Amino acid sequence: MDSKLKDLLEKKRSELVSKWIDAIISTYPNDPSGMLKNKKDRFENPIGHTITNVTQNLFQALLDEKSFTDCKQLLDDIIRVRAVQDFAPSKAVSFIFMLKNVVREELGKEIRQNQIYEEIFKFESQLDDLALFAFDIYSGCREQLNQLKTDELKRMTFTLLKKANLMSEIPAQEFEHKELKFNL
Amino acid sequence: MAKYKLPKPGELSSSINYNPPAKDWMDIPVEFKPATYPAAAKEKDLLTVGFPNAHQWTPEDEDWNLPDGWEDTVIKGIEERLSKYRSFKLFMDVCVRCGACADKCHFYIGTGDPKNMPVVRAELLRSVYKRYFTKAGKVLGRLAGARDLDADVLKEWWYYFFQCTECRRCSVFCPYGIDTAELTIMGRELLNLLGLNINWIAGPVAACYSKGNHLGIEPHALKSNIELMIDDIEDITGIRVNPTFNRKGAEILFVTPSGDYMGEPGIYTCMGYLMLFHELGLDYTWSTYASEGGNFGFFTSNDMAKRLNSKIYAEAKRLGVKWILGGECGHMWRVLNQYMDTWNGPADFLEVPVSPITGTRFENAKSTKMVHITEFTADLIKHNKLKLDPTRNDHLRVTFHDSCNPARGMGLFEEPRYVIKSVCNNFFEMPENTIREKTFCCGSGSGLNATENMEERMRGGFPRANAVKYVHDKHGVNMLANICAVDRAAFPALMDYWVPGVGVTGTHELVANALVMTGEKERTTNLRGEDLPGKEGNE
Repeated sequence: MDSKLKDLLEKKRSELVSKWIDAIISTYPNDPSGMLKNKKDRFENPIGHTITNVTQNLFQALLDEKSFTDCKQLLDDIIRVRAVQDFAPSKAVSFIFMLKNVVREELGKEIRQNQIYEEIFKFESQLDDLALFAFDIYSGCREQLNQLKTDELKRMTFTLLKKANLMSEIPAQEFEHKELKFNL
Repeated sequence: MAKYKLPKPGELSSSINYNPPAKDWMDIPVEFKPATYPAAAKEKDLLTVGFPNAHQWTPEDEDWNLPDGWEDTVIKGIEERLSKYRSFKLFMDVCVRCGACADKCHFYIGTGDPKNMPVVRAELLRSVYKRYFTKAGKVLGRLAGARDLDADVLKEWWYYFFQCTECRRCSVFCPYGIDTAELTIMGRELLNLLGLNINWIAGPVAACYSKGNHLGIEPHALKSNIELMIDDIEDITGIRVNPTFNRKGAEILFVTPSGDYMGEPGIYTCMGYLMLFHELGLDYTWSTYASEGGNFGFFTSNDMAKRLNSKIYAEAKRLGVKWILGGECGHMWRVLNQYMDTWNGPADFLEVPVSPITGTRFENAKSTKMVHITEFTADLIKHNKLKLDPTRNDHLRVTFHDSCNPARGMGLFEEPRYVIKSVCNNFFEMPENTIREKTFCCGSGSGLNATENMEERMRGGFPRANAVKYVHDKHGVNMLANICAVDRAAFPALMDYWVPGVGVTGTHELVANALVMTGEKERTTNLRGEDLPGKEGNE
C-alpha cells in the first residue's frame, strides 16, 4: 500500500473504525437502548463485541496487506453471526463495502489534496476482493445450516432405524481381514 | 444499436438503504421470514386433546382462518386469566419500564431486535390489556401505550411469544420480580384459544396424551429400545443389567424425559441411569405409562399441563412405590418442583424420599416426593458409595451448562457440579455472568427445538455458544455437560455451528463411564463405542 494512504488510514484509524462500526450497527433494527454499541461485556453483548473486534483487526489486516486467508477467521466470526440474522445475502456481507463509504467520507479532502486516487482505487479493489471472499464464507455458513438440519434428523431417528432393521452398522470384527490384499 | 442510459455507481448505491426504519415499535409489522419461526400446529393434534378452534393454517398466510368473534375470545380469555392468576394482573400493572431486563434476553442479545427485549415482549400483551382493562388506556389510547387488538397484533404475539424460551433469565434482574416467562405462558394460552399453536408443541402434547410420552413411543417399543441399550451395555462392560417395567411393589418409580429413550446423545445418558441403578441394586421400576417426565402441555395451557402431569402420581399410586426419582430434564423439573404438588397432590400415599443406599432423607422433596437424580447421585458420591475411575474421562475437558429450569426454577447449582467434578478430572467453568442463575438458555427450550426454525435457534443460542467458545479457546474444553434432554437434542447443532469440536453429554453418561461396576470386564471403550484414553487400538 502506498505510504501516503497508509499514513492517512493509520492517522484516522479510530475515527474510521468507529464510523465503520456505526455503519454496521445501523443495519440492525433501530434500538434506542444502544446495547450493541455501548455494552462492553463480551458475554452480554456478543454481537457488539464481535463487530468491534472484527472491524479493528480487519482494519489492521488491510493496512498490513495480509492475505485473505489470514483474514478468514475474522470474517468467519462476523459472517457466521450475520448469516443467521434475517439479513438478505447482499446485506449480510455489505459491511465490507461500508468501509469504502466511510473512507471516502472521512478522507475525501485528503484524497483530493494528495491526489492519491490510484491508491484509493487499489484499496477499494482490495475490499471488493475481500467481499467476494466473504461471500464464500457466507455460502459455507448457509450450507452448514442445511447440513445441521439433516444431521439433527439423523441423530433423532438413528435408534429407530436400527431397531426397525432398516439400518445396521458393520461390526468392527468384519474388518479383521483388512490386511488381505485383493486383486480387483 | 440503441443507447441506454446506465445509472451511475453513486445512483445505484444510493438506492440501497441499509438502515432499518426508525419507527415506534407499534408501527413495525412482523415479517415472517423462512427458517425463523416454527411450523403451525396440525388440526388433528389439537383435536386429539380437545383444544378449541383447531384448523389448518400456516404463519406465512395472509389470512389465518381465525374463527368469527376471535377478538372477543381473546379479550374474555385475558379477563378470565386476570381474575384467576394474581401474578398476571400484578405483572400487567407493576412494570415501571426501568429497562433492567432489556438486555438480558438471549434472543435480544442474539438478534438486536428490540421486540425481543423482555419489557417490549410483555408490552405486546400489556398494550392490549391497557386498551381493554384500564381507564387510561380506554380514554387515551395510544398516548397511554394502549392499542386495539387486531390480526396484525395477533401475528406479532405469535411471532414473539414463540421466540421466547420461557427461560426466566430476565426475571432474575427485574427489581419487581416480574416473571416474563409467565407473560409468555399467558400469551401462548391466549393464542391456543384460537388454535394457533406450533407443531413441535402440539404434536408431542397429542402423543403424550394418547401414548404417555412426547415421542409417541408405545410400551413394547419403549421396552425394546431399552433392551437395545442393555445389549450395548453388555458389550461394553460384560454386565447384563436387568431393569423392570411397570413392576408393582418396587420401592422407587423412575421417570425421565422420553428424549432419553431415543436419539443421540440422550440414549447414552439413559444407559448411564441403567448402569448406576444396576450397580446399586436399586429396587426401582420403569413405567411405560408414566413414560415422560417432560411436559409440553406446559407450553400450551395450565389445564393441559395438569392433565399430562397427572399420570406421574397416578402411576406411583397404582404401582405402590414409596417415592419417585426423576431423570435429567429441564422444564420437567420446573413443573415437578413448582406445579405438580398443587395440581395433582397431595401425594400423601407416598413417603418422604429416603435413599436406600445412604439413608439420606430428602427433606427438600418431602412434599412432592420426587428427587432429582443429581441430588441422588451427589449424595451417593458424598457417602463414598460408588467406585469411580475419573481417568476414563481424562480425554474430556468438560464445562457445565446450567439448564435454565433446574437452575432458576429450583436452584440446582451445586449437585451436578459436584457429580461432574467427581467423575471428571478436567472441569472448567464458563464466565460467571453466563452460568448458575444467570445461565444463558440453549435457545431451543419451551418447545422451540424444531428443525425448521434452525436460524432462530442459532441466534437465540449464540450467547450460550459464545461463552462455550471462550472456554474452548482458553482451556481446550471439548465437552458440554448438561442435565436437560432438550439441551442434549439442541446443543449438538448449536455447537457444530458456533464451536465445532465441542461435544454434548448428559451428566450420567459421564458418571457411567467412570463407574467401576462389580464384576465388569476391562473396559476399552466408553458408552459411545469410542476408545478410552490409553486403550486405543484395543479390540
